Amino acid sequence: MSAAPTVVPRSRASEFVARLRAGDQLAYTLTVVCAASIFLVTCLLVYELWTGSVLSRHKFGWNFIFSSTWDPAREEYGAVPFMFGTVVTSFVSLLISVPVGLGAAIFLSEMALPSISDTLTFLIELLAAVPSVIYGLLGIFLLVPILESAVVPALKGVLGFLPIFSGPFFGVSLFSASVVLSVMIVPFIISVSREVLMAVPVDQREAALSLGATKWETTWQVVVPHASRGIYGSIFLALARALGETMAVTMVIGNTPRVQASLLAPGDSIASVIANQFTEATSDMYTSALIELGLVLFAITIIINGLARLMILTTGARVAK
Amino acid sequence: MSRRRKIVNAVMLSLTGACTVFVVGVLFVILGYLFWNGTRYLTINFFTKLPVPVGESGGGMANAFVGSAKLLLLAILIGVPFGFLGGVYLAEFGTGVFPSMVRYMTDLLNGVPSIVMGIFAYAVVVAPMGHFSTFAGGLALGVMMVPIALRTTEEFLRSVPQSLREGAMALGASKARTIATVVIPAAIKGILSGMMLDLARVAGETAPLLFTSLGNTFWSPGWNKPTAALPVMIYHYAQSPYEDWHRQAWAAGFVLLALVLVVNVTARQVLARTSHAR
Repeated sequence: MSAAPTVVPRSRASEFVARLRAGDQLAYTLTVVCAASIFLVTCLLVYELWTGSVLSRHKFGWNFIFSSTWDPAREEYGAVPFMFGTVVTSFVSLLISVPVGLGAAIFLSEMALPSISDTLTFLIELLAAVPSVIYGLLGIFLLVPILESAVVPALKGVLGFLPIFSGPFFGVSLFSASVVLSVMIVPFIISVSREVLMAVPVDQREAALSLGATKWETTWQVVVPHASRGIYGSIFLALARALGETMAVTMVIGNTPRVQASLLAPGDSIASVIANQFTEATSDMYTSALIELGLVLFAITIIINGLARLMILTTGARVAK
Repeated sequence: MSRRRKIVNAVMLSLTGACTVFVVGVLFVILGYLFWNGTRYLTINFFTKLPVPVGESGGGMANAFVGSAKLLLLAILIGVPFGFLGGVYLAEFGTGVFPSMVRYMTDLLNGVPSIVMGIFAYAVVVAPMGHFSTFAGGLALGVMMVPIALRTTEEFLRSVPQSLREGAMALGASKARTIATVVIPAAIKGILSGMMLDLARVAGETAPLLFTSLGNTFWSPGWNKPTAALPVMIYHYAQSPYEDWHRQAWAAGFVLLALVLVVNVTARQVLARTSHAR
């Protein structure tokens, strides 16, 4: 008799606790499954790229990334012309966007009033929101005519003796693609570089200024070196974006799988050849070779992205100290 | 101070200003050019009619608007729940090795080029089913939404003060109840804005749709057939040799950019206000 009243509340209490636990347990299980789906997708992605390219990998082996023949009619596939185009356009776009982007980042972090700097940064970040197909549209109808009528003749006049600016210019070219890419990646360089520059402690600047350095000397010899790793990180982030960019490049690069010295000649890139030829791929081997190109692109961007994040992380840690 | 140093100082500092003006100028040229060309060719037919064959005039892209809306709806249904709940996990239960691995994988997935995501959706949906479909395109876009949805949710939940959680728990609420009724409502504005930005980003994606939803010159009933989408239309029309189609591409480009930028500006302003309030 005396046991019953003590047992009933206890069981009720434990039932209550169990239900609470169940709610927590349910929330935990549900959310952890969703988080784990990231693993599932990443693994599935790698698996699909790996098995999808099996025909091509077995037939060509490592030759795939060393051969420059891309001939669907004879079923011979090599990635060199596309890797060349991807690397060259990304590299040239960095040559254009890094000085401009770094300059703008310095202005926004060191010179401009905070309110002006915030407004300008807001506008510049809008550039990153413009869809890539719209960059392609502008590339075809706005940029290419400008390059044709003004920029390229001037370039050829001054630097025409260099092999990279030789040969005729048809509008679509590695150079046009590089210019479009440079506009697309410059917002990344500016916004990340500005952040890391602003994270440099003020006393660093004050110390340099008090020693008699000019504003520019302070910026270039003290502030920029202090933030250098973060700036390199921003450049790598931009590079990863440039390497994987598809639509804008496809629309202005010319889609010609050849390795040529001149930047003014049409070329092709890994992403654009996939975009252009995937639906036309008539044989299994053709599709397989294109998927292997996707695998190559995936591997390159993963490596570059990893390096970028590592650099930004280590700067963050150093600045926080 | 030597004259040379003063000159270098002045020249370099004005150069940095010139760089900024240049980049902002490029933005205004892009917006102005699209506005000028886009509004010139924009008609009512553009929103209400189907595309017409080359040579006939007066066609529109009504099917592409509907197609894009369907693709984005699918993307939301796939991307938002996984991203949101995954973000809740990272913010509220996320300590230890597994969560940091999830974070790493998320960043990795975020860096995957969109064309590779297209191959993924092709291999998972199109190849087994044997045909292109709206569903395949929606899946590609949805998967692309997950990483950013996840990291924004985590970020905004983390910015909710710990004292709110402790207060709720002190009143006897379970952890699940605390998260659902206290933490998430406190961060919901930021999370929604982040999701809108994420959606605006995939709304302009073309590459993952090229060989998943393919394209269509007619209506695409249901979810199982190829469908037109605004960005893909712009791509095909811009590359065509026909003046008429170029005009359509400009109109479509203007509408797409206007939608993306309106969402961007609104969401960013909400974000700026919430971060100032904090």
